[in-house]
Amino acid sequence: MENPKSEITVPTMAEMAAQGKQPEILFWVGCAGSFDERAQKITRDICKILQHVGINYAVLGTEESCTGDPAKRAGNEFLFQMQAIANIQVLDAYQIKKIVTGCPHCFNTIKNEYPGLGGNYEVIHHSQLIQQLIDEGKLKAEGGESFKGKRITYHDPCYLGRGNNVYEAPRRALEVLDAELVEMKRCKSNGLCCGAGGAQMFKEPEKGTKDINVERMADILESKAQVIAAACPFCMTMLRDGVKHENKEQEIKVLDIAEITVRANGL
Amino acid sequence: MIAQILFIIILAAAVYLFSRNAGKVRRNILLGRDTDRSDNPALRWKTMAKVALGQTKMVKRPLAAVMHFFIYVGFVIINLEVLEIMIDGIFGSHRIFSKPLGSLYGLLIGGFEILAVLVLTACVVFLARRNIFRLKRFRGVEMTEWPRSDANYILIIEILLMTAFLTMNAADHKLQLLNYGHYIKAGSFPVSTFIGPLLPGDANGLAITERVCWWFHIIGILAFLNYLPYSKHFHILLAFPNTYYSNLKPKGEFTDMASVTNEVKAMLDPSFVPESSGEPGRFGAKDATDLTWKNLMEAYTCTECGRCTSVCPANITGKLLSPRKIMMDTRDRITEMGNNIDKYGKDYQDSKTLLDNYITREELWACTTCNACVDACPVNINPLEIITEMRRYIVMEESQAPTSLNNMFGNMENNGAPWKYSNADRFNWKEE
Repeated sequence: MENPKSEITVPTMAEMAAQGKQPEILFWVGCAGSFDERAQKITRDICKILQHVGINYAVLGTEESCTGDPAKRAGNEFLFQMQAIANIQVLDAYQIKKIVTGCPHCFNTIKNEYPGLGGNYEVIHHSQLIQQLIDEGKLKAEGGESFKGKRITYHDPCYLGRGNNVYEAPRRALEVLDAELVEMKRCKSNGLCCGAGGAQMFKEPEKGTKDINVERMADILESKAQVIAAACPFCMTMLRDGVKHENKEQEIKVLDIAEITVRANGL
Repeated sequence: MIAQILFIIILAAAVYLFSRNAGKVRRNILLGRDTDRSDNPALRWKTMAKVALGQTKMVKRPLAAVMHFFIYVGFVIINLEVLEIMIDGIFGSHRIFSKPLGSLYGLLIGGFEILAVLVLTACVVFLARRNIFRLKRFRGVEMTEWPRSDANYILIIEILLMTAFLTMNAADHKLQLLNYGHYIKAGSFPVSTFIGPLLPGDANGLAITERVCWWFHIIGILAFLNYLPYSKHFHILLAFPNTYYSNLKPKGEFTDMASVTNEVKAMLDPSFVPESSGEPGRFGAKDATDLTWKNLMEAYTCTECGRCTSVCPANITGKLLSPRKIMMDTRDRITEMGNNIDKYGKDYQDSKTLLDNYITREELWACTTCNACVDACPVNINPLEIITEMRRYIVMEESQAPTSLNNMFGNMENNGAPWKYSNADRFNWKEE
């Protein structure tokens, strides 16, 4: 799927610091983006976008650690704060001011919950970065795959939407595609969770009549979308499982906003 | 004269009883832990005006919103009439506002009558939704006999009060036409005119009807006032302070625990001396008194509409969790604790707790923290905060998290990721 022509070079903060340089922005990759095979592709695509528009960025590489989000949602405040304070020490040591994350959970945690522990940064989610780049005219939807006329629906991640009222940025990234955008019955502030939040990703669901991602598939099938746009690696996993559950892998693709942007621009 | 004395006695008793019972609810709310919600008063007033006064969050369900608006406006505006009834009752006057208000009075009474019809309509529609169409939102495990009856009682009382009001006006109007006694020509009666023919023709019968309805209406209102502290209907009062003290931060932000910060800082840096940490206390919530007063105020504000539960992904997919039940359980438990204090004194401990006796672990672990319930609540109640506090107790005090979550914690502690991957491999994504 990926364009083999494009090479990415990913600078780390350690390398930058050694050369006495400071990046404009830190790309916080997140655990899913680092380890999950599907999410790694999205991570590389975010790098391609950053590289394409010439933003001076860096990642922490092996110096990054979990933000502590799943621990906090599961009630383990100790572990959360241990992670948070250690991360803040690393971020502050590199004098980081601005962060873009590839995951709404990292975004929410660093943006809202780190300040209380002394970590103050300007934090944006990658969909907001893409929106800014589109608005500034630095990103278009040309030179790559055409999404013209394709039915695309967007699934709101809870921690981007309801959690932080970011509803328009990811939609803006889709509007430039000249595609047929359709909203699901439950969207924006009424959006239905994929089922992974609150540390559910790391446990079996409690007993019930069906899985939440299967419930979500009903909305997706009703929308008749050919592409589900996601903006969260955990939603990505749940939605893909849902599509697989319905045996619709040929008809419905799940793509991250960053992947769609990369494809549309042929990066 | 006897009537006036009787009226004053009933009024005083009603006000006394209400303040006593409302005071108990207030005491129960203040059994909760402290939390600071005094910042940004301007935004707080604005939120209250929008959400409670303006009912902006009701509109997501248009039919319910319109019907609720009828009852709400009817209730608020018809209270002007109650003010007149109070004055008449105390001073033995009759329709005291009619003279000073002149022709405006007719407009007012006419307006009240139209509102009364709208209230009646809404109450009938609401009763039908609950009892004939049996909307799923009003069912559910937590909707046991009492909550269902409570809802019906409220609607029936409102229907009776409005009927009494209209019948009273109809009798009064007929008496006015007969030039009977002190029934001066006052008001306009666009609705009750139609009830007139159903009433007795003789002046005596009419006068009795008018008085009976008058007393029924005002005693009914005072009795209803005293029903409030026992009922979900208390939301008509608590919706205002509850929205004033709303959480103003992004919904994704969970509360921080300063007590934990002290311990973590001491662990990372042995020379760290925490600022006066106060009493150690419990991490998270095992019982209702471990929650904040705001959580408890929310529990008493909940009117059991079930919008939270109807959008909860766990509940929709058949899990045990119902955010409405979390609020109702919290209210029932803190009320029980309050009653225990009244009966057995301040230090009495029964053998029950909110966790396990009311809310099960299975409910708590079903939550995806998606904030749909919080977003859905028309009066800004936050069931998620209670769920999180209880998870904190289970995890930090009892170490009883589900095994898979304990594994996740272990991974995070050892290799900085929720999965069992080595930290050395964290940057491998850069190679395809």
